[in-house]
Amino acid sequence: MAKYLLLKHYRGAPASVNDTPMEQWTPEEISAHMQYMNDFAARLEKTGEFVGSQALSPEGTFVRYDGEGRPPVTDGPFAETKDLIAGWMVIDVDDYQRALELAGELSAAPGAGGKPIHEWLELRPFMGECPTITE
Amino acid sequence: MLGVLVRRGAEFAADEDAVQDALLEALRVWPADPPRDPQGWLVTVAWHRFLDATRADTARRRREDRVHETPAPGPVSAADDTLQLYFLCAHPSLTPSSAVALTLRAVGGLTTRQIAAAYLVPEATMAQRISRAKRTVSGVRLDRPGDVATVLRVLYLVFNEGYSGDVDLAAEAIRLTRQLAAAIDHPEVAGLLALILLHHARRAGRTAADGSLVPLAEQDRGRWDTGMIAEGVAVLQRALARDRLGEFQAQAAIAALHADAPSTEETDWVQIVEWYDELVRLTGSPVVRLNRAVAVGEADGPRAGLAALTALDDTLPRYTAAAAYLHERDGAPRTAARLYAEAARKATDLAERDYLTRQAARLNSR
Repeated sequence: MAKYLLLKHYRGAPASVNDTPMEQWTPEEISAHMQYMNDFAARLEKTGEFVGSQALSPEGTFVRYDGEGRPPVTDGPFAETKDLIAGWMVIDVDDYQRALELAGELSAAPGAGGKPIHEWLELRPFMGECPTITE
Repeated sequence: MLGVLVRRGAEFAADEDAVQDALLEALRVWPADPPRDPQGWLVTVAWHRFLDATRADTARRRREDRVHETPAPGPVSAADDTLQLYFLCAHPSLTPSSAVALTLRAVGGLTTRQIAAAYLVPEATMAQRISRAKRTVSGVRLDRPGDVATVLRVLYLVFNEGYSGDVDLAAEAIRLTRQLAAAIDHPEVAGLLALILLHHARRAGRTAADGSLVPLAEQDRGRWDTGMIAEGVAVLQRALARDRLGEFQAQAAIAALHADAPSTEETDWVQIVEWYDELVRLTGSPVVRLNRAVAVGEADGPRAGLAALTALDDTLPRYTAAAAYLHERDGAPRTAARLYAEAARKATDLAERDYLTRQAARLNSR
């Protein structure tokens, strides 16, 4: 089994095909979108491939050490160019093909007009921690 | 039937419950799918239920003890029903991960929580994985002979998962393979047992105190478990004497040659290359060809190793790391450093990535 992180971006990923901001969808479209993602997670729980997921606030801050005795520097509210993560899901699947298949399915969540968003999701493998026996 | 369970150490009251459960299950399942050996079926199911009912505290404590003491040598009583359970758990209709989970639960008797902890997934996820696996094999007849190779592959997967949390999967795999070897007379079962004993014997030397990887050449051979090596070699020799070579026996032979050598230099690399030739013949695996190229580098010099590498696909896992090593031995540290760094970026394993990064850094800072 291999674990993968699925990253949903607010910003930083290429634009979706069906790229209408959520606030311009109808409430029913938003509900359908949420339902799709909940159903997706619930199904992965049933297949034994679900590890965890969380949504993240769009308000993030970069923080940096600024030298001895000084308070840390923060980036303030100017986040125009910053990559922003909307949320993540961790899955534990048999192989990379299965991870791709699931990411593709999540990317098909319905958006404006009830059509799939075709959103770009970032798929990142976890580093394994058990050394394989190869000597 | 109670007698069978009691001989296995079950408490009588718990037995009765388990037997009741097994009979209920039989009433449910048999009309549609009658077993050829009803008694064996009942014992298996009842034992299963008994494990479910009692595994909690005592089982955990016993298992924790086993983590500290290495697995005890010696035979385990043979039982046909255990054997059936093995084949059921490794049924080809299961994905490898489901087969592993079901084997640990049903044959190994681990709790769902322990298996979940070992695989770093939520308990609910592992519970679903196991119940799906059970559903998948629920229509499979217990008396149909399965494929030994699949059972062995599942056990080797369990062994290679290593350990985390309170369960040592390597020790668990050794225990289960011993049990299987006692129940079934098959040279490849012995081959797998020998292989994992020989690997496990060297485990203490494979990592440093900080968890970093120690390559074979730098391992403190004094930390290897010589008793376990001797046992692995003896098991292997008995298997090889049967003259039915298989891939686990060939791999064990290579591991035995490593374990036998007082140092890397004194290793019988020529014989190791010969065993790799056998393995290539048996498996045709590109990974085996890659390992063979490294062994050729030791037996006939780095140039010969690099020549053997060029015949292979450079996208193979660890190809770049092997090339880096051979170039360094060939006296090309700059090329080696570049390749080590590249191999580190491609590594999918944390300990391995750190090791390769250090190798690159060592050559760059000279």
